[in-house]
Amino acid sequence: MTNIFIAIFSTIGSLAILFASIGILRMPDFYLRLSVTVKAATMGVGFLLASAAIAFPDVSVTTKAIAIAFFLVLTAPVAAHMIGRTAYHTGIRTWKGTVMDELKEKKFSDDTKKAAIKENDKLNGPA
Amino acid sequence: MRLDLYFDYVIFPILTISVILIFIRLFKGPEIVDRVIALDLIITVGTALITAYSIRSGQAIFLDVAMILALIAFLGTIAFSFYLEKKG
Repeated sequence: MTNIFIAIFSTIGSLAILFASIGILRMPDFYLRLSVTVKAATMGVGFLLASAAIAFPDVSVTTKAIAIAFFLVLTAPVAAHMIGRTAYHTGIRTWKGTVMDELKEKKFSDDTKKAAIKENDKLNGPA
Repeated sequence: MRLDLYFDYVIFPILTISVILIFIRLFKGPEIVDRVIALDLIITVGTALITAYSIRSGQAIFLDVAMILALIAFLGTIAFSFYLEKKG
Protein backbone atom coordinates (compact mmCIF):
# COMPACT_ATOMS: atom_id res chain seq x y z
CA MET A 1 0.00 0.00 0.00
CA THR A 2 2.77 2.40 0.94
CA ASN A 3 4.68 1.37 -2.15
CA ILE A 4 1.75 2.29 -4.37
CA PHE A 5 1.59 5.79 -2.87
CA ILE A 6 5.36 6.24 -3.24
CA ALA A 7 5.18 5.14 -6.89
CA ILE A 8 2.25 7.46 -7.72
CA PHE A 9 3.79 10.52 -6.02
CA SER A 10 7.25 10.05 -7.49
CA THR A 11 5.78 9.51 -10.96
CA ILE A 12 3.78 12.75 -10.76
CA GLY A 13 6.85 14.62 -9.52
CA SER A 14 9.23 13.34 -12.15
CA LEU A 15 6.68 13.98 -14.92
CA ALA A 16 6.28 17.58 -13.72
CA ILE A 17 10.05 18.00 -13.88
CA LEU A 18 10.09 16.49 -17.38
CA PHE A 19 7.42 18.98 -18.49
CA ALA A 20 9.48 21.82 -17.01
CA SER A 21 12.53 20.75 -18.99
CA ILE A 22 10.54 20.41 -22.22
CA GLY A 23 9.14 23.88 -21.55
CA ILE A 24 12.55 25.46 -20.99
CA LEU A 25 13.71 23.95 -24.27
CA ARG A 26 10.68 24.77 -26.43
CA MET A 27 9.28 28.10 -25.16
CA PRO A 28 9.92 31.01 -27.51
CA ASP A 29 10.84 33.69 -24.99
CA PHE A 30 12.95 34.20 -21.87
CA TYR A 31 10.01 35.24 -19.70
CA LEU A 32 7.91 32.21 -20.68
CA ARG A 33 10.89 29.96 -19.94
CA LEU A 34 11.27 31.58 -16.53
CA SER A 35 7.60 31.01 -15.70
CA VAL A 36 7.81 27.32 -16.67
CA THR A 37 10.98 26.80 -14.65
CA VAL A 38 9.68 28.14 -11.38
CA LYS A 39 6.22 26.60 -11.19
CA ALA A 40 6.57 23.12 -12.65
CA ALA A 41 9.97 22.31 -11.14
CA THR A 42 8.90 23.42 -7.65
CA MET A 43 5.80 21.22 -7.92
CA GLY A 44 7.86 18.24 -9.07
CA VAL A 45 10.41 18.51 -6.26
CA GLY A 46 7.55 18.94 -3.79
CA PHE A 47 5.92 15.71 -4.93
CA LEU A 48 9.22 13.80 -4.77
CA LEU A 49 9.82 15.11 -1.24
CA ALA A 50 6.30 14.00 -0.29
CA SER A 51 7.07 10.50 -1.51
CA ALA A 52 10.30 10.56 0.52
CA ALA A 53 8.31 11.58 3.59
CA ILE A 54 5.99 8.60 2.98
CA ALA A 55 8.86 6.18 2.34
CA PHE A 56 10.69 6.74 5.64
CA PRO A 57 8.45 6.22 8.70
CA ASP A 58 10.41 8.70 10.77
CA VAL A 59 9.48 12.13 12.14
CA SER A 60 12.90 13.66 11.42
CA VAL A 61 12.72 12.76 7.71
CA THR A 62 9.22 14.22 7.43
CA THR A 63 10.39 17.42 9.09
CA LYS A 64 13.38 17.61 6.76
CA ALA A 65 11.20 17.09 3.68
CA ILE A 66 8.76 19.78 4.83
CA ALA A 67 11.68 22.15 5.50
CA ILE A 68 13.15 21.64 2.00
CA ALA A 69 9.74 22.09 0.34
CA PHE A 70 9.02 25.21 2.39
CA PHE A 71 12.43 26.66 1.54
CA LEU A 72 11.92 25.99 -2.18
CA VAL A 73 8.44 27.54 -2.17
CA LEU A 74 9.80 30.55 -0.30
CA THR A 75 12.92 31.21 -2.38
CA ALA A 76 12.04 30.20 -5.96
CA PRO A 77 9.65 33.14 -6.62
CA VAL A 78 12.14 35.61 -5.13
CA ALA A 79 14.94 34.34 -7.36
CA ALA A 80 12.65 34.35 -10.40
CA HIS A 81 11.55 37.92 -9.66
CA MET A 82 15.16 39.09 -9.34
CA ILE A 83 16.35 37.46 -12.56
CA GLY A 84 13.27 38.61 -14.48
CA ARG A 85 13.78 42.18 -13.30
CA THR A 86 17.43 42.01 -14.34
CA ALA A 87 16.45 40.67 -17.75
CA TYR A 88 13.91 43.45 -18.28
CA HIS A 89 16.34 46.17 -17.26
CA THR A 90 19.16 44.80 -19.41
CA GLY A 91 16.82 44.89 -22.39
CA ILE A 92 15.79 41.29 -23.16
CA ARG A 93 12.98 41.51 -25.72
CA THR A 94 9.61 39.82 -25.42
CA TRP A 95 8.51 37.72 -28.36
CA LYS A 96 6.07 38.84 -31.05
CA GLY A 97 3.02 37.23 -29.40
CA THR A 98 3.18 39.45 -26.29
CA VAL A 99 0.02 41.56 -26.09
CA MET A 100 0.78 43.68 -23.01
CA ASP A 101 3.80 45.26 -21.33
CA GLU A 102 2.58 47.05 -18.22
CA LEU A 103 6.05 47.92 -16.91
CA LYS A 104 6.86 49.84 -20.09
CA GLU A 105 3.65 51.88 -19.83
CA LYS A 106 4.33 52.54 -16.17
CA LYS A 107 7.87 53.76 -16.88
CA PHE A 108 6.53 56.04 -19.60
CA SER A 109 3.82 57.53 -17.37
CA ASP A 110 6.40 58.06 -14.58
CA ASP A 111 8.57 60.01 -17.00
CA THR A 112 5.68 62.24 -18.07
CA LYS A 113 4.72 62.80 -14.43
CA LYS A 114 8.30 63.87 -13.60
CA ALA A 115 8.29 66.27 -16.55
CA ALA A 116 5.00 67.77 -15.36
CA ILE A 117 6.38 68.26 -11.83
CA LYS A 118 9.49 69.96 -13.21
CA GLU A 119 7.32 72.28 -15.30
CA ASN A 120 5.23 73.13 -12.26
CA ASP A 121 8.37 73.89 -10.18
CA LYS A 122 9.63 76.19 -12.93
CA LEU A 123 6.40 78.17 -12.87
CA ASN A 124 5.73 78.39 -9.12
CA GLY A 125 9.10 77.67 -7.47
CA PRO A 126 9.91 74.39 -5.68
CA ALA A 127 7.33 73.32 -3.12
CA MET B 1 11.79 -5.36 -3.96
CA ARG B 2 9.79 -4.13 -6.93
CA LEU B 3 9.81 -0.46 -5.98
CA ASP B 4 13.60 -0.42 -6.50
CA LEU B 5 13.13 -1.71 -10.04
CA TYR B 6 10.44 0.93 -10.67
CA PHE B 7 12.82 3.68 -9.55
CA ASP B 8 15.65 2.24 -11.64
CA TYR B 9 13.69 1.86 -14.85
CA VAL B 10 11.16 4.75 -14.74
CA ILE B 11 11.99 7.60 -12.33
CA PHE B 12 15.74 7.91 -12.89
CA PRO B 13 15.50 7.76 -16.73
CA ILE B 14 12.80 10.49 -16.73
CA LEU B 15 14.93 12.76 -14.52
CA THR B 16 18.04 12.04 -16.62
CA ILE B 17 16.22 12.93 -19.85
CA SER B 18 15.04 16.19 -18.32
CA VAL B 19 18.60 17.09 -17.26
CA ILE B 20 19.79 16.41 -20.83
CA LEU B 21 17.04 18.66 -22.26
CA ILE B 22 18.00 21.46 -19.86
CA PHE B 23 21.66 21.04 -20.85
CA ILE B 24 20.69 21.64 -24.49
CA ARG B 25 19.15 24.98 -23.42
CA LEU B 26 22.27 25.74 -21.35
CA PHE B 27 24.50 25.36 -24.41
CA LYS B 28 22.09 27.03 -26.85
CA GLY B 29 20.78 29.89 -24.68
CA PRO B 30 20.90 33.10 -26.73
CA GLU B 31 21.32 35.41 -23.71
CA ILE B 32 23.18 34.98 -20.45
CA VAL B 33 19.96 35.09 -18.37
CA ASP B 34 18.73 31.99 -20.24
CA ARG B 35 21.85 30.19 -19.10
CA VAL B 36 21.37 31.40 -15.53
CA ILE B 37 17.83 29.97 -15.31
CA ALA B 38 18.99 26.75 -16.99
CA LEU B 39 21.66 26.35 -14.28
CA ASP B 40 19.06 27.10 -11.61
CA LEU B 41 16.74 24.44 -13.04
CA ILE B 42 19.59 21.92 -13.25
CA ILE B 43 20.33 22.38 -9.54
CA THR B 44 16.61 22.02 -8.72
CA VAL B 45 16.46 18.77 -10.72
CA GLY B 46 19.62 17.72 -8.86
CA THR B 47 17.70 18.17 -5.61
CA ALA B 48 14.97 15.92 -7.03
CA LEU B 49 17.55 13.31 -8.12
CA ILE B 50 19.13 13.22 -4.67
CA THR B 51 15.69 12.79 -3.09
CA ALA B 52 14.84 9.94 -5.48
CA TYR B 53 18.19 8.26 -4.78
CA SER B 54 17.57 8.64 -1.07
CA ILE B 55 14.28 6.75 -1.44
CA ARG B 56 15.87 4.15 -3.72
CA SER B 57 18.80 3.37 -1.41
CA GLY B 58 16.93 3.73 1.87
CA GLN B 59 19.41 6.25 3.29
CA ALA B 60 17.56 9.23 4.75
CA ILE B 61 20.81 11.11 5.40
CA PHE B 62 21.02 12.18 1.72
CA LEU B 63 18.16 14.63 2.28
CA ASP B 64 20.60 16.93 4.13
CA VAL B 65 22.59 17.24 0.90
CA ALA B 66 19.40 18.11 -0.98
CA MET B 67 18.68 20.88 1.53
CA ILE B 68 22.14 22.45 1.11
CA LEU B 69 21.87 22.20 -2.67
CA ALA B 70 18.52 24.06 -2.68
CA LEU B 71 20.13 26.81 -0.57
CA ILE B 72 23.09 27.15 -2.95
CA ALA B 73 20.80 27.38 -5.99
CA PHE B 74 18.97 30.35 -4.48
CA LEU B 75 22.20 32.15 -3.58
CA GLY B 76 23.68 31.56 -7.03
CA THR B 77 20.69 32.97 -8.89
CA ILE B 78 20.55 36.03 -6.60
CA ALA B 79 24.26 36.71 -7.08
CA PHE B 80 24.04 36.35 -10.86
CA SER B 81 21.07 38.74 -11.10
CA PHE B 82 22.75 41.26 -8.77
CA TYR B 83 25.97 41.46 -10.78
CA LEU B 84 24.24 41.37 -14.17
CA GLU B 85 22.08 44.32 -13.16
CA LYS B 86 25.13 46.18 -11.86
CA LYS B 87 26.89 45.62 -15.18
CA GLY B 88 23.90 47.19 -16.89
